[in-house]
Amino acid sequence: MKILIVGGGKVIYFLCRTFVSKGYIVTVINRDHDECVRLSRRLKVTVVHGDGSDPQILEEAGAFTANAILAITPNDEDNLVICQLADLQFHIPRTLALVNDPDNEEVFRQLGIKTALSTTYILSSLIEQRASFDEITNLIPVGEGKVNVMELLLNENSPVVGQTLRDIAMPENSLVAVILRDDETIVPRGATVLQSADRLIVMTLPENYSQVLKKLTGESE
Amino acid sequence: MSSDLRYFVIIVGCGRLGSYIANKLSHSGHSVVVIDSRESAFNALSSEYSGFRLEGDATEFDVLKQAKTDQADVLIATTHEDNVNVMVAQVAKKLFHVPRVMARVFDLKREKVYHHLGIETVSPTLIAGDVFLESITTSPIAKREGIGL
Repeated sequence: MKILIVGGGKVIYFLCRTFVSKGYIVTVINRDHDECVRLSRRLKVTVVHGDGSDPQILEEAGAFTANAILAITPNDEDNLVICQLADLQFHIPRTLALVNDPDNEEVFRQLGIKTALSTTYILSSLIEQRASFDEITNLIPVGEGKVNVMELLLNENSPVVGQTLRDIAMPENSLVAVILRDDETIVPRGATVLQSADRLIVMTLPENYSQVLKKLTGESE
Repeated sequence: MSSDLRYFVIIVGCGRLGSYIANKLSHSGHSVVVIDSRESAFNALSSEYSGFRLEGDATEFDVLKQAKTDQADVLIATTHEDNVNVMVAQVAKKLFHVPRVMARVFDLKREKVYHHLGIETVSPTLIAGDVFLESITTSPIAKREGIGL
């Protein structure tokens, strides 16, 4: 897999490190000369110095053969143009843009960017939804926020501990998808009994999210 | 433009070009809203300018909404950043359905893509370049004779 990343900052450094360790071929495009030098010294990636929304720079970075591009500069307008160029001129199959203004998530989608991620939206929904629950260790909105995936820790006070999934009347449109128990990963069936300290991966809709929480933890929001 | 046709025009960027267009349009009786992220930019508007000033970043959806872009007849994006102009033009066209949208772009390398996206662009580089070329090729120039230094 060949990935182009346009942007800078610490995020880029750690992203590159993660991708490289997975064996991906990474090329970074960055406008800041000093940062380019630093990145190329510290990472096994190709670094191209220049404006990522310039087609010549994209071509130099190998846009014609890239499998994916991440546009994660701090400017929404740059990320939009980068992804549009990548899609229309270089036919990169997967384009991902970061948006800063959460409204732009929808705007980008309407302008043809398949994946637009808003860190503002992700962070704010994380904070809102886990504010009162220490048991929720992870929560990700997927499908434009139409589905929530959360990781929930069952403590001994939970009303569902000791019950089989079949006996728990889970609210409609919700699913306990996976149970993480010690080092085991269990895809549960109706007869699976929930235990204290189980970590459940639960899928819900945003509407019934609090119902599901109440059912599994016994607490209300 | 005839005087009985009054347009609602939004101008993004109040630099030399933006303020020039805003002053002219306002003077001939059109309703104008100028958007710029720096308040000091509005100093370039003349004292007769009777339109609105809106301080904000036009790549923010809310700012365009505030400017009542959904009711605009024309939007002209004149900031000094090509990408801002291209983004604002697309949002105005595709999401607010503004009938006439134009963007100033300096760099022509991306023209193919702009064209594909259906954005009407005006390039100062191209216009000035053509004027220079035209004046060289059409009017005779007295050729300098070599004068020994």
